[in-house]
Amino acid sequence: METQNPPAVHIKDLRKVYVVSQQESGAKAALRGLVRRRSIEVPAVDGISFDLAPGEIVGFLGPNGAGKTTTLKMLSGLLHPTAGEVKVLGYTPWKRDKPFLRQITLVMGQRNQLVWDIPAIHSFELNRAIYRIPPDIYRSTLRELTDLLELEPLLNKPVRNLSLGERMKCEIAAGLLHRPGMVFLDEPTIGLDVTMQRRIRSFIAEYNQRFGATVLLTSHYMADVEALCRRVVVIHHGRLLFDGDLSSLVQKFTDHKTIVVRLGDCHADLKEYGEVVSCVDGLVTLRVPKSGTAQVTERLLADLPVIDLLVEDPPIEELIERVFAQEKP
Amino acid sequence: MKALAGLYVQQFKTTMAAMFQYRASLLIWMIGQVLEPLVYLIVWSAVSNSAGGSVGSYTTRDFAGYFVILMLVNQFSYTWIMYEFEYRVREGLLSFALLKPVHPIHSDIADNVSSKLLTLPAMVLIAVALAAAFQASISPQPWAVLAFIPVLLMAFIVRFLLEWTLALAAFWTTRVSAINQTYFVLMLFLSGQIAPLTLLPYPVQILADVLPFRWVIGFPVELLLGKLSPAEALTGLGAQAAWLLIGFVLLRIVWKAGTKVYSAVGA
Repeated sequence: METQNPPAVHIKDLRKVYVVSQQESGAKAALRGLVRRRSIEVPAVDGISFDLAPGEIVGFLGPNGAGKTTTLKMLSGLLHPTAGEVKVLGYTPWKRDKPFLRQITLVMGQRNQLVWDIPAIHSFELNRAIYRIPPDIYRSTLRELTDLLELEPLLNKPVRNLSLGERMKCEIAAGLLHRPGMVFLDEPTIGLDVTMQRRIRSFIAEYNQRFGATVLLTSHYMADVEALCRRVVVIHHGRLLFDGDLSSLVQKFTDHKTIVVRLGDCHADLKEYGEVVSCVDGLVTLRVPKSGTAQVTERLLADLPVIDLLVEDPPIEELIERVFAQEKP
Repeated sequence: MKALAGLYVQQFKTTMAAMFQYRASLLIWMIGQVLEPLVYLIVWSAVSNSAGGSVGSYTTRDFAGYFVILMLVNQFSYTWIMYEFEYRVREGLLSFALLKPVHPIHSDIADNVSSKLLTLPAMVLIAVALAAAFQASISPQPWAVLAFIPVLLMAFIVRFLLEWTLALAAFWTTRVSAINQTYFVLMLFLSGQIAPLTLLPYPVQILADVLPFRWVIGFPVELLLGKLSPAEALTGLGAQAAWLLIGFVLLRIVWKAGTKVYSAVGA
């Protein structure tokens, strides 16, 4: 380790294998199943290692079933690893020591911890008692969270009457009242509209700044990751695919650049310059091999009446899609 | 300890807020709590009257007293935790509970006690009205009234421990309702809920003695009714103490094993 502080999260060769009993179809097989169940081992996390430095916000990416949630559950102490090392804030999570639990939170976009039928403020008060938050600290944290997330009008409405986005804001606030130094966010913006996504995103950044909290975030929205995380960890089929800067992920997995050229019209045939992705109202998008970018740009400028020209990396969404598609188990 | 007290106070407020939301279902629940013993009361009164005014050592007015007290004892020691747990595991709520720095049993105890306190006044009023209407005979010695307080408390604790432990079956199976059904049938027959145990065949009484059900319902009822000698009361208290110990040890073992399974297979 280069940093002097011990890492907030340390995992090494972490594995989680689920034993799943299989049910075969057919009456005969069903009868056999009564006597003896066939079970198979499914590795959900298959030997991953990474460290998180204190105060880092890291994006944890992978397609559905990649092992993200399983990893988060091992890090928060809900799951016992099958093998490997795991330390969070110096604790072994699955022991669920009380001092450890007081310093972490797990917010899941698809699960609710708030009491459904009563206003969120009651759940907040319950968390105050559970985490033994001193009254003055509770009051100031609640005020801060209320301001940042604009909770004021929501606190006294029964949770079941809140919209999805409003409820998510309350869920996040409930999870952060005890000011955890380690925050696990599993799809915190799932199902939310763009405005709400943006608000939650800026809130996460703000919380990280203000409290120096370490944040590990999974999301299917690349905008979340681009806005919040310099570093990303990508897993697929339970294995580590990439760990590093978002920009070097782009470097590593793209062999193409996108050139957007604005011409007077669409008539010119640009096939000889590269693959034409689209051509709308004189705005042509070309995909060209990375090594030939400079040369193609030069030729375009020389040959055609170019009004404007832009060289870009392909959108991160497309990139991630390709990364997952390439990697076969 | 002070922090736990704070948690209990807060849970009380939360439960009260939730109950306020559920006024209609609360009322239906209370009607159920009253109706069941009332049905048995009417049936046994009819049986007793047609048998010349008594069955065994119970007169018609004794039956009235028995089932009115039973209604209160059952209300006091009742839990709904077994239904709750299945739902929690299915909805992933247990995961949140496991990530809290407090054992989840505390919230359940606080929730149970809170809702009991809130419904108790109404239940007492109903009991008094029923006792008057059916001319219930309840004639305990002063010592029995005094002894009833710790006995009732023990009945609550023992039943809570056992049912909380049984609810943990949800860690292993998603079909908890079959277990619940079996438990409730045993409870119905062996606790004295359907009839005073002394009226049941001798082998059934022996079975009831060695199982916990009687000690959480029938025993407190008979004590307050004035049917027990001091020696019998002491024996009952001893049985309760034994089941408290067993319940506590079982809960710890099953909880440990259950959370281990849960953390192996995932939430």
